[in-house]
Amino acid sequence: MASLWGWRPNGAHPLLSVILCTLRCSGAMAFFFTHLSLLAPAVAGQLSPTNIFAPDSTPARSIFRLSIFDLEVEGAIFIVVFSLLAYAVIKFRRGKRDDSEPPQVYGSNQMELAWTVLPVLIVVVLFLATAEVIHRVQDARRPPGAIDVTVVAHQFWWEYRYQQFGFTTANELHVPISDSHGSTPTFLALLSADVDHSFWVPRLAGKTDLIPNHPNSTWIDPQETGLFLGQCSQYCGTQHAKMLQRVYVDSRADFDSWVRNQQKPAVSDPAVAAGAALFIAKACFACHTVRGTIARGVAGPDLTHLMTRHTIGSGAVQITPQNLRRWIRDPGTFKPGSLMPAQDLTDTELEQLGQYLQTLR
Amino acid sequence: MASESIALTVHRSPLQVVYEWMATVDHKKIGLMYIVYALLFLVIMGIEAILMRIQLAHSNSTFLSPQVFNRLFTMHGTTGVFFVAMPILFGFANYLVPLMIGARDMAFPRLNAFSFWMTAFGGLLLYASFFAGKGFSQGGIAPDVGWFAYAPLTAPAFSPGHSTDYWTLSLLIAGVGSIGGAVNFIATIISMRCRGMTLSRMPLMAWMSLVMSSLVLVTISPLTAAQLMLMVDRYMGGHFFDTTAGGSVVIWIHFFWIFGHPEVYVLIIPCFGFISEIVPVFSRKAMFGYPAMVAASVGIGFVSLGVWAHHMFTVGMPSYGNAFFVLTTMVVAVPTGIKIFNWLATMWGGKIVFATPMIFCIGFLFQFLIAGLTGIMLATAPFDWQLANSYFVVAHFHYVIVGGILFSIFAAFYYWYPKITGRMLSEMLGKWHFWIFLIGFHLTFDFMHVPGLLGMPRRIYTYEAGRGWETWNMISSIGVIFQAAGILIFVYNMIQSYFRGTIAGNDPWDAWTLEWSTTSPPPEYDFATLPVVRSRRPLWDLKHPDDPDWKYE
Repeated sequence: MASLWGWRPNGAHPLLSVILCTLRCSGAMAFFFTHLSLLAPAVAGQLSPTNIFAPDSTPARSIFRLSIFDLEVEGAIFIVVFSLLAYAVIKFRRGKRDDSEPPQVYGSNQMELAWTVLPVLIVVVLFLATAEVIHRVQDARRPPGAIDVTVVAHQFWWEYRYQQFGFTTANELHVPISDSHGSTPTFLALLSADVDHSFWVPRLAGKTDLIPNHPNSTWIDPQETGLFLGQCSQYCGTQHAKMLQRVYVDSRADFDSWVRNQQKPAVSDPAVAAGAALFIAKACFACHTVRGTIARGVAGPDLTHLMTRHTIGSGAVQITPQNLRRWIRDPGTFKPGSLMPAQDLTDTELEQLGQYLQTLR
Repeated sequence: MASESIALTVHRSPLQVVYEWMATVDHKKIGLMYIVYALLFLVIMGIEAILMRIQLAHSNSTFLSPQVFNRLFTMHGTTGVFFVAMPILFGFANYLVPLMIGARDMAFPRLNAFSFWMTAFGGLLLYASFFAGKGFSQGGIAPDVGWFAYAPLTAPAFSPGHSTDYWTLSLLIAGVGSIGGAVNFIATIISMRCRGMTLSRMPLMAWMSLVMSSLVLVTISPLTAAQLMLMVDRYMGGHFFDTTAGGSVVIWIHFFWIFGHPEVYVLIIPCFGFISEIVPVFSRKAMFGYPAMVAASVGIGFVSLGVWAHHMFTVGMPSYGNAFFVLTTMVVAVPTGIKIFNWLATMWGGKIVFATPMIFCIGFLFQFLIAGLTGIMLATAPFDWQLANSYFVVAHFHYVIVGGILFSIFAAFYYWYPKITGRMLSEMLGKWHFWIFLIGFHLTFDFMHVPGLLGMPRRIYTYEAGRGWETWNMISSIGVIFQAAGILIFVYNMIQSYFRGTIAGNDPWDAWTLEWSTTSPPPEYDFATLPVVRSRRPLWDLKHPDDPDWKYE
């Protein structure tokens, strides 16, 4: 009965043809994807600012290369198995007036062996390729010139501590440009102040969770200046969606001048003394730090150089004088669920406070 | 026999009928209650999904508040896994396994009823949170911690009120029901088989139920343990997950996924059973490589216990830990591949009949193949560092759960509905259901992969414009309309066929397993005389006395 089986189970034929077909398909896929991968970073960047196929930093690029290899292998498997399925569905339909039963085949040990061994080989290859990238990304050594930043995730914003340089900022991470040799990578220590979060800037690196009492780390070495977007990718509560990330990659000179400015205490402008007093009187200081004043709160973002940032509320909205005032009055307008309470202020008070904050450059 | 039982029910008052169903210990009635209960929850979770897809169809949407959205995805996920997929599969197994192995009921009929009512109560308790999540005097609030409820989001500080307690308790109670059911299946399959039915002659559906039940025993226990620890933390001052007092939230993550990953196999393995029953019948061939299928399923069962931390590649395990779980996860592909190839080989050289159950099976094979391949991508830990918790993952597991599990459940409905009700489902409506649902499924979930690749995390209630996500999300949302239409056709088909479908007779598909040897619907005692079997296809032997299976097995 087995001989009636379409693919003679005893011959090497079917197996060989499957292997050949796989090789041919994967050759074609490899050609397609290598060309795609050359094009990809340029085109992919246009698709989305957070495209994982537009890497700009070594960890993201290693992942990208591995993922293309993965896609090639899986594409080949898909083509082979799908072709078999389509062939079977088309070829072995029962005829209109055909009531007879087909020959009954109960199995074939050779076939079983073939489709066990082949996947095992594929798994071995994929595993080795994967293990190599895991090792390369995860066990990378920290070179002497590296920048260290401690990232502390909060519900629903990011705290960035530059202990090396002696200051803390929030929500917008600045790092210097590196090169393909990884001359000045930035190593990020990842902590959480409350619940689980995840650090994900797709074009720079894969994500790593920030978990209370479980310090993690990751690293990036961006090779282009500019703004890189990302966002928290572990559900962390009401405003998980607006816990956005902005990473500014600066030229070395720009980075150094940014650092020098951040190191300074807050500007003290007598023209906005009324607003500065309100900042204390309305208890803003309980949550926010403004270095050089008595405001040393740590529950909310450091505001010492607020106006050097481009957004409020961890990327929720652009920082304009009007948005700033609306945010202070009720953060819920932009970010319902934000832990910052709405403020009961008169219009004059709001204006004074806004004027004061606008001087914090 | 059938007309007699119909005549009897006519004389009963509705109250008596309700009482009869509530007090029943008949495996068929309990199975049906599981299925109907799960279908009701399927509709509820579908409505939750529709609301979320409306919200996500375009950027900066204000249709839902973040609080409501977070509750919806929590309820959608929890309902889907615990109160749709599990009960519906338990229901089919309850109904079919005793019939397939030639038994008159489950081993412990009263435990069976108890298990169902526990599961049912769990689901009702979960939804009671809508009315009483803040305490009965203050109104409702559904849980909003996500279906895997990572600590410390469940700690009293971050989750005040009782919504998390409703979540915890309902899963605890449903878990008791699942464990009861699993014990019952194992006992039934081990000790209630009819004469001649050795383990190696058992229908694959029974084998799959055995593997599934064993997994339930092993995996529900850690979930139950974790829920108890969480309750101790919340109400008795425990510190299991309290990092401020030396507890560990990573422990919760481990406990949850030690349950959570094998749970996926708890759901898909019975579906392998459906496919392995339906594909041979409509290919008109014996199952190809039966021993390999059994070995592969048992193998998947074992390997699935050692892969949980592939849900944790971003948690910060050391590189060798990550590599270990990459390997174990990829190993799952081997037995899974064996199964797919055996189904293909069963169709190969057959005479395929494209009845509705079969086309759903073909849909399953196609989609399960893709789901398996995206699964391998996610198993590649570095790739997963990009894909984890993105919409790519959401698309992947919906491919498994909808494209795989739900499609095979639809196949099972079309295949066994005639046995259960005595009437055929309409083939024409069935094909409409298939094609419309297929289009909807692919619109929603094929395109859902893309925003994940473009950096869209899951569980966000809205997103800003300019990320390149809008088009894909809009297409996904449009697909939901088709899926809903498909489900409506299905429900209509079931209702109208119940009254007006053509009479099925005992064996409408010319099938080979024992359930088709009794009447449709089967009498309360299943078989007038217990069958004796000599091969895996006892009805084939009856129909082909000249060329019976037992000559070859």
